[in-house]
Amino acid sequence: MPEKPIQGEKRVFMTGNEVVAWAAVAAEADIMYGYPITPQNEIMHYWTRMLPKYGRRFLQTEDELSAGFTTAGGVLAGRRAFTATAGPGNTLMQEPLSMAEAMRLPVVVIVQQRGGPSTATVIYSQQEVTMTTLGGNGEGLRVVYSTATHQELFDYTIKSFNTAWKYRFPTFVLGDGYQAKMRESLTMYDPASRGITMVPTEPYVGRPGMPGVDREPTHLRNTYNVEEELFEVLEQYLADYAKAAPEIAEYDAFDTDDAELVVISHGVVSRACKEAVKELREEGYKVGYFRPITLRPLPVDQLRDVAGKAKQLLVVESANGQLDRLIKEAIYGCTTEMLSLFKPGVGITTEEVVARVKEIKG
Amino acid sequence: MSVQPAMPKCWRVESKPHKFCPGCGHGLVLKALGQAIDELGIQDKVVFGCDIGCSLLSVDFFNVDTVQTHHGRTTPVITGVKRANTDVIGVAYMGDGGGYAIGAQHLVSAATRNERITAILVNNTQYGMTGGQMAPTTMPGQKTETSPYGRDVNTMGYPTQGPEMVAAITQEGAYVARGTVANIKQLKGFIKKALENQMAGNGFSFVEALSTCPTNWRTNAEDTWKFVEQDMTKYFKVGEIKVPGPREEKEGQ
Repeated sequence: MPEKPIQGEKRVFMTGNEVVAWAAVAAEADIMYGYPITPQNEIMHYWTRMLPKYGRRFLQTEDELSAGFTTAGGVLAGRRAFTATAGPGNTLMQEPLSMAEAMRLPVVVIVQQRGGPSTATVIYSQQEVTMTTLGGNGEGLRVVYSTATHQELFDYTIKSFNTAWKYRFPTFVLGDGYQAKMRESLTMYDPASRGITMVPTEPYVGRPGMPGVDREPTHLRNTYNVEEELFEVLEQYLADYAKAAPEIAEYDAFDTDDAELVVISHGVVSRACKEAVKELREEGYKVGYFRPITLRPLPVDQLRDVAGKAKQLLVVESANGQLDRLIKEAIYGCTTEMLSLFKPGVGITTEEVVARVKEIKG
Repeated sequence: MSVQPAMPKCWRVESKPHKFCPGCGHGLVLKALGQAIDELGIQDKVVFGCDIGCSLLSVDFFNVDTVQTHHGRTTPVITGVKRANTDVIGVAYMGDGGGYAIGAQHLVSAATRNERITAILVNNTQYGMTGGQMAPTTMPGQKTETSPYGRDVNTMGYPTQGPEMVAAITQEGAYVARGTVANIKQLKGFIKKALENQMAGNGFSFVEALSTCPTNWRTNAEDTWKFVEQDMTKYFKVGEIKVPGPREEKEGQ
């Protein structure tokens, strides 16, 4: 039996991609299927270096279609399987993820967002929000965690396996090129040492016993003959998702109770916004901070509560309103003024957020 | 008293009669596969993947674990299952589109990597379920919905020689054959060898089965058999194309 990859707690300084690989090992992930694309490559690099020591497996596939479908195969076989991608790879992966939604396969995908559309930049963006939350044909029955720090990359990579296997919806960790490539410090830990139990996995196919004799055979499909048949299945799925959503949804917020203006952001941009709100508060501005950690499902009740109290909402993102659209849908009917600071494909600094708020407030 | 033909034990009685059109070759290919599974005693080990297109109608055909995938993606799904659980016997079942068009990169790559799975490809020279469009295997001059004046080889090339391609790109240990529904005993033998090759851990196994589609060919019984037995075999030579050599000491997987 291979030794535990992390004994107790360990303070480290490393890149986000390295963090993800360590987190996947710590989460007892069995197998990674992947195809190279910048900026997520080092997840595979570190995973492949660690796998002999910890008895894990890897397959480099021919493309992201295959990476997604082989990951689905790994889950079908009952393994804690995952993949990682970005940009155009994320686009291709929407096809297998649609099948994962249809079959309720707990596929875990790490996305390190790059610029878009198309090849664009290999560096950074928050432009994969719409695709990651709602990509594929269907209703977007998936979970998306948007991380802001390396600590969160570690925490939520572990958590994504448990969310996926508990609720049986494909689950994404949505990082970005900055998180992938930069180094920062974090505490790695063995999940068990923090009371985190990994949700057990089980095979969909290849279970013991003679199918048709000892047990019913598994006949998984994503094809339905008539509309009503599909409707019946989706009704159940949507009910399951609606029930799970409040349990899954996460957010971070402060200073929202008396705030006239609340800054809403996600991912690394929320770090700039957090600092901006603190600075503005010190200068006497009545501003608050709200950050959805799950972009799908969104923390809808909390968003509506915050939006109901504030006079203005300022959505800040490195995209042209992809988060903004999700927020507007979530608080539909709310008359609070919606303002924005959109910089598609470009990072956002604290100074820019402060300047934008001062511009609004005069 | 009527005598019922012997059906494979692993067939799922509840899903019979099957859903394929009258005269379709799928039932015969699946019968050959079922017999091979019975003879090898591997019903509890097989994980069967079917593609989109007519092959998806085989989702509940057998009492074996089955997953119906997307068009062209059956090979990677079964690859993923096999890589994650080497105890299963993975069968990827697809049509000519799933293997030679939309899923060609997966077939090529699985063959190149010598994946320990068995791919069975049913070649009926056109796309059946979507209404009879041209396929990579459509014969020169053959009329389909998207080649209404007949396949023009000057613009659309010649039919894909799938097994020949797979044989060319696989390493030692691969098994490649082309059978036909016109000779079920031989086809069953090829499929059985393909499964045995996987069970032995030798390498990729691939069987193409020449098959019929009287619905889209708009042929009667006589013309259907003429097309599959005479016309198709002019381009698609039936027989074993690659067989593994004597087993060598294999490195651990």
